Amino acid sequence: MPAAWRSCGPADGSRSQVQARQNRRAQAWGTGLGPAGANRAGRGGGALRKARRQQQLVSKRLLREDSLVNGDGQAGVEIASEPLSEQEILQLLRDVQRGTEERKKLLSRLRQGLQHKECQQKFVRLEGSMRVLIGLFTSSLANVQMEAARCLHELSHSSDPSVAEACLPATSYLLTYLSGHSVEFTELCLYTLGNLAVESDAVRKQLLPQGIIPALTSCIQSPHMAVLEGLGYVLSQLLQAREAPTKIIPLVLDSVLPQHMLRLVSSNLELGMGVAVEFAWCLHYIVCSHVNNALLISQGIVSTLVLLLLELASMISKAATEGLELLICPVLRCLSNLLAEDETEVCKVQIQDERLLVALFLFMQYFLQQHPFLVQECLWLLNNLTADEPIFCSAVLTLDLLPALLQLLSCSRMVTLLALTVLCNIAEKGPAYCHQLHQKAVLPSLLSTLALSDAQVVGQSLELLHLLFLQLPEAVDDFLRQAGLQALEQHQDNPQLQERVRALSETYLQPAAASLISCADASAAVLTSS
Amino acid sequence: MLLPPELSVSLRVERPMLPVQPCTPPRAPFCFSPSRLRFHRQHEFFEDGDIHRHLYLQDILTNVTEVTERSKVSEFCCHIVGCCQVFDTLEGYEHHYNTLHRNMCSFCKRSFPSVHLLDTHILEWHDSLFQIMAEKQKMYQCLVEGCAEKFKSSKDRKDHLVKVHLYPSDFRFDKPKKAKSSTKHSKPPSKLDMSMPMDVNVETYEQSQVDSMEICPSESMENPTQPVSGPISSLQEKKLYKSRIPSTICFGQGASRGFKSMKKKV
Repeated sequence: MPAAWRSCGPADGSRSQVQARQNRRAQAWGTGLGPAGANRAGRGGGALRKARRQQQLVSKRLLREDSLVNGDGQAGVEIASEPLSEQEILQLLRDVQRGTEERKKLLSRLRQGLQHKECQQKFVRLEGSMRVLIGLFTSSLANVQMEAARCLHELSHSSDPSVAEACLPATSYLLTYLSGHSVEFTELCLYTLGNLAVESDAVRKQLLPQGIIPALTSCIQSPHMAVLEGLGYVLSQLLQAREAPTKIIPLVLDSVLPQHMLRLVSSNLELGMGVAVEFAWCLHYIVCSHVNNALLISQGIVSTLVLLLLELASMISKAATEGLELLICPVLRCLSNLLAEDETEVCKVQIQDERLLVALFLFMQYFLQQHPFLVQECLWLLNNLTADEPIFCSAVLTLDLLPALLQLLSCSRMVTLLALTVLCNIAEKGPAYCHQLHQKAVLPSLLSTLALSDAQVVGQSLELLHLLFLQLPEAVDDFLRQAGLQALEQHQDNPQLQERVRALSETYLQPAAASLISCADASAAVLTSS
Repeated sequence: MLLPPELSVSLRVERPMLPVQPCTPPRAPFCFSPSRLRFHRQHEFFEDGDIHRHLYLQDILTNVTEVTERSKVSEFCCHIVGCCQVFDTLEGYEHHYNTLHRNMCSFCKRSFPSVHLLDTHILEWHDSLFQIMAEKQKMYQCLVEGCAEKFKSSKDRKDHLVKVHLYPSDFRFDKPKKAKSSTKHSKPPSKLDMSMPMDVNVETYEQSQVDSMEICPSESMENPTQPVSGPISSLQEKKLYKSRIPSTICFGQGASRGFKSMKKKV
């Protein structure tokens, strides 16, 4: 996560600035966000969902100082800036060119103005303004250059696409400066590039021939976390583009970037996970595009990510770590998709480390309340692990994880569905497995799911019942005793379910019921006669 | 969630795997068969997680890394001989150093944004062998890292940069070595003075030559004999130097010298 401007000197520990930043964030939650802000722990708002479905979820990052940095050395409060008029912008630019006042202050003023959309739009429409700004951006006066870079960054963050596109002439310079050594400046250039890249096809069409991949390849060797995080951000934005599977991912896979990504995704976790988070998402975008996962597999991605999850699980039990879900989520997705790789293209990925199973359950327990979306992601991986690996199916039972799994049957629809699928995976392995499931009270849970109205959930429950009944006759009797027949009958008119309901009834339940009755008659006869 | 206690301990206990019975294919109307699920990038399954990621990037969620703040230190001077810039933050100094001193050509004192550009400059400007070889073979290397193309001349290289790499034709770090005889006053009048030097620099100099791949000198002038002294000398930052170093002498940064530069405009 981009911090405020990082210090390479001794940390000042100015808490007021950190607090100001947190207050600003809390405020943002309450005000301008609407439905997205209202549901922090749960689902995002309707607008965001719609945007994602239309592939228009444009995420941009903004690095912004909390206080005005001037020569006084005072950590001030954020100065409320007003938008500038066109005339004011013009005057500022003229003054900067002539140097009538301290250039840095003038540019600061401009930068504050550029926080406003109308001002951004006015600026880019002024003839020659971009040219002047780029000239300042390439200046040898370091502080002027930095301030100009901040102006450019504000523009890159604009919600108006035409503003971001106006920054196109700056990209060759942004790329040139990536090989520089100033941490702060490089970081700024990276986030600016990332914002531009996510916004516009035109920008990406230019960035690739301008050599962004080689530039990132040399930049990724930087030891500075701030730079690496920014780099991860740029890369993640590029990899998310519509044309990424055909135009961008092949180039990335051809370079040494994947090896670096694998190194960085598990590095420096105690110091701060920002870097790892970015590269984890990068890997997810590559893997889920299914371009050449065989290559990543040959580079050891599976073991790297498994070990990473194990380490994250151990961090959970030690201390609460904010934002862990942001790292865990993409890693889970990578592993799940890698496990599901087409066997004709790559030899089947096998994972057999039981500790991974424990890690998954620990994550689910930890995140069930705060971030339920992660539970379904964990279950997806659990499904892919248990589908044809009996070792995991056995471990769920012998490690006594079944009660936890059954608890998930009362959660969201997707979670319930996946949990049922995992149970089916387990039951399918054989009678010994069914026996354990039955012993550990799977039937009562199934009866609850049968009471639900969702046809897919009920259907999966029926599949599980079938597997149990097929391999374990005593399950049939128990089911009957627990009023199972009635539970089934409520679905007998549902076209999606009726065939299976009938099959279960006719094949198992009715005969069993009949024999129970005849047993009862027989016992009664014995009693009465004696 | 009801997780059993001491899971890590249980892991280490030997637990034989339950025996597997070979599975038979499902019998109709039942259709379940275990399978590994695969989701493509736009799948609905990813919706919640993607939104969470989006909100994180929009800076709504709590930071995962520490926020360290800038610290101010007492004023200090750049230690490079002849450079008298003063700083009160370490970042400011770091950036200044990297911009002006780090990739500096020891022959002509020009500064470059990267080692790569510096190396190319030294090769093309200060290596006499280069000039000899350039007559016979393609020696001018493309400036874009990762591109291995070479060219017979600087101009050919520029054409390549513009056409293939979509670089701007006035890319600051690829100006031709020869003198420019014309200037840019063909532009229609605009609100901003376009003939003013685009670049903002520290020192005054009379030389108006623009050299390739470097950061400092001003753009070409309208009138070759008119010095650039006017606006720049009024810079407040300059006051520090003006009192200490005569404007005719320049150390460690600019291309001009107190004595006229050898690369005169023709």
